[in-house]
Amino acid sequence: MMSVFPNGAKRWLLLGMVLAVVVSSFSGAFNRYYLGIIIDVGINIILAVSLNLINGHTGQFSLGHAGFMAVGGYTAAKFSLVCSPMVPESLRPVLFLVALGLGGLLAAIVGLGVGIPTLRLRGDYLAIVTLGFGEIIRVIAQNTEAVGAASGLKGIPKYTTLGWTFALAAVTIYVVAALVNSTYGRGFIAVSDDEVAASSMGINPVRYKVTAFVTGAFFAGVAGGLYAHHKQFLSPTGFDFLKSIDIVVMVILGGMGRTAGVIIAAVLLTLLPEVLRGFAEYRMIIYSLLIVCLMIARPQGLFNISRKKGGAAA
Amino acid sequence: MSAPLLDVQSATIRFGGLTAVCDLNLRIETNELVGLIGPNGAGKTTAFNLISGVYRPTEGRIFLEGSRICQKRPHQLTKLGIARTFQNIRLFGSLSVFDNVRAATQVHRKHGISSALWRGRAFREGEQAVEREVLDLLAIFDLARFRDEEAKSLPYGDQRRLEIVRALATKPKLLLLDEPAAGMNPTEKEELMRLIQFIKDKFHIAILLVEHDMKVVMGICQRIAVLEYGKKIAEGTPDAIQKDPKVIAAYLGTEDEEVTCDA
Repeated sequence: MMSVFPNGAKRWLLLGMVLAVVVSSFSGAFNRYYLGIIIDVGINIILAVSLNLINGHTGQFSLGHAGFMAVGGYTAAKFSLVCSPMVPESLRPVLFLVALGLGGLLAAIVGLGVGIPTLRLRGDYLAIVTLGFGEIIRVIAQNTEAVGAASGLKGIPKYTTLGWTFALAAVTIYVVAALVNSTYGRGFIAVSDDEVAASSMGINPVRYKVTAFVTGAFFAGVAGGLYAHHKQFLSPTGFDFLKSIDIVVMVILGGMGRTAGVIIAAVLLTLLPEVLRGFAEYRMIIYSLLIVCLMIARPQGLFNISRKKGGAAA
Repeated sequence: MSAPLLDVQSATIRFGGLTAVCDLNLRIETNELVGLIGPNGAGKTTAFNLISGVYRPTEGRIFLEGSRICQKRPHQLTKLGIARTFQNIRLFGSLSVFDNVRAATQVHRKHGISSALWRGRAFREGEQAVEREVLDLLAIFDLARFRDEEAKSLPYGDQRRLEIVRALATKPKLLLLDEPAAGMNPTEKEELMRLIQFIKDKFHIAILLVEHDMKVVMGICQRIAVLEYGKKIAEGTPDAIQKDPKVIAAYLGTEDEEVTCDA
């Protein structure tokens, strides 16, 4: 018998989602500029926490998160654009949920296609393949008339709210934390520490790596969908290699495999460029310098306190 | 007549032109302690890797309890009942001592992704059972006090012990130990011998021991197989092996050989 009532972890998830929705209902009172940034923060939390499952816990190195985000974003946006005129106002939330789900699902399927051949190999192949994959997605988007090609996809309905974003961020955090904090999930870290030893302990490394990769891709797709319905405009250049790097930096800065640290890093690194707007053209230089300094000062990650991880596992 | 626990039938493996193990026959019965020895480069570790599924034999077959296993991957073999340790300790360094052992218990569990996400009662009870099981194992081997330490921060001898405990957590029928005495001092070796004997009696499993240290091997093994240049040159009780002229020749060389070497 499964228990019907939420226990420890599930209660936190529920609390997070309710809180997001409640706060969201007051969001009309917020400054629109700040509201936009807060939603950016939520989307980046989803991206960083989901990438952390791949790059942090499982010890792989994916550079394709922007690519999955693009797959999810374009899918969800196109779906909304086509379907929203046919759906009555009251069913908009359902439509949005389906759009996000579709975006996530397609990203996950693409992730499966990229992951299965690549993750059989050990080492840096994943980085190279996902780098290429991200570029391919971008070029495809740039040349497909149906999604606006180079001029971008315009007029996407504004469905993303603070409530949606943070409710889904709570789901992402819950899924990653619940997976890793189980006997099953210790396998992800085992694979990251020593693949050979893991396979001798009955852990199928390829299966774990693909699971992490596909789960991460799914949430990147969902984040893409939120992003599309937040900005109401998608352009292929928004999903370039640098976007992937941004997310990787959040994971590294937060401390690989430390969910709480990665969340804080996602918040900081989203707010930082906004705070630095006063410096105009020096903004990105200062941003980069700060990251370099942080990495020198704390190579193990800013918030990596209890579970220190020394270098790459053999 | 039941099939032996492990039955290696004329297994051969070649790497390019090099035949690392040639026509190896080896049987291990339930709850038997067998030693595999040989000079450096004799193919001990390769033979070990054949049995644990890291390599697949070029020729020959390997059976576990009568079913063919030579096409299986290591994680599948673990599920069937073969567990191993490594010559150069390979723990999950960033995981705690507790989690190192816990990760190894997953192999026989049904709770996968969906129950980890749903966290229902069956899952929680399962996790509690795992916790008790792991703590019991750690207590038996006097590692409970390190429970929350990072595995890589443990002293060398304890790391070796933890690796054995981790292998036992997969509930093996056959435990493969790859040079467990490497890097140990005489006192630690004594302890290790007692430990191996204890594991065999307590868990009723078969153990295949690959080892350099003659004292350890001769002291505890019931049967010993000797490899040289990838071929098995002798097999028998420790006493018989110690007197076997071929074994002595392999380890110390013969006068004839010295002459041919000089020539």
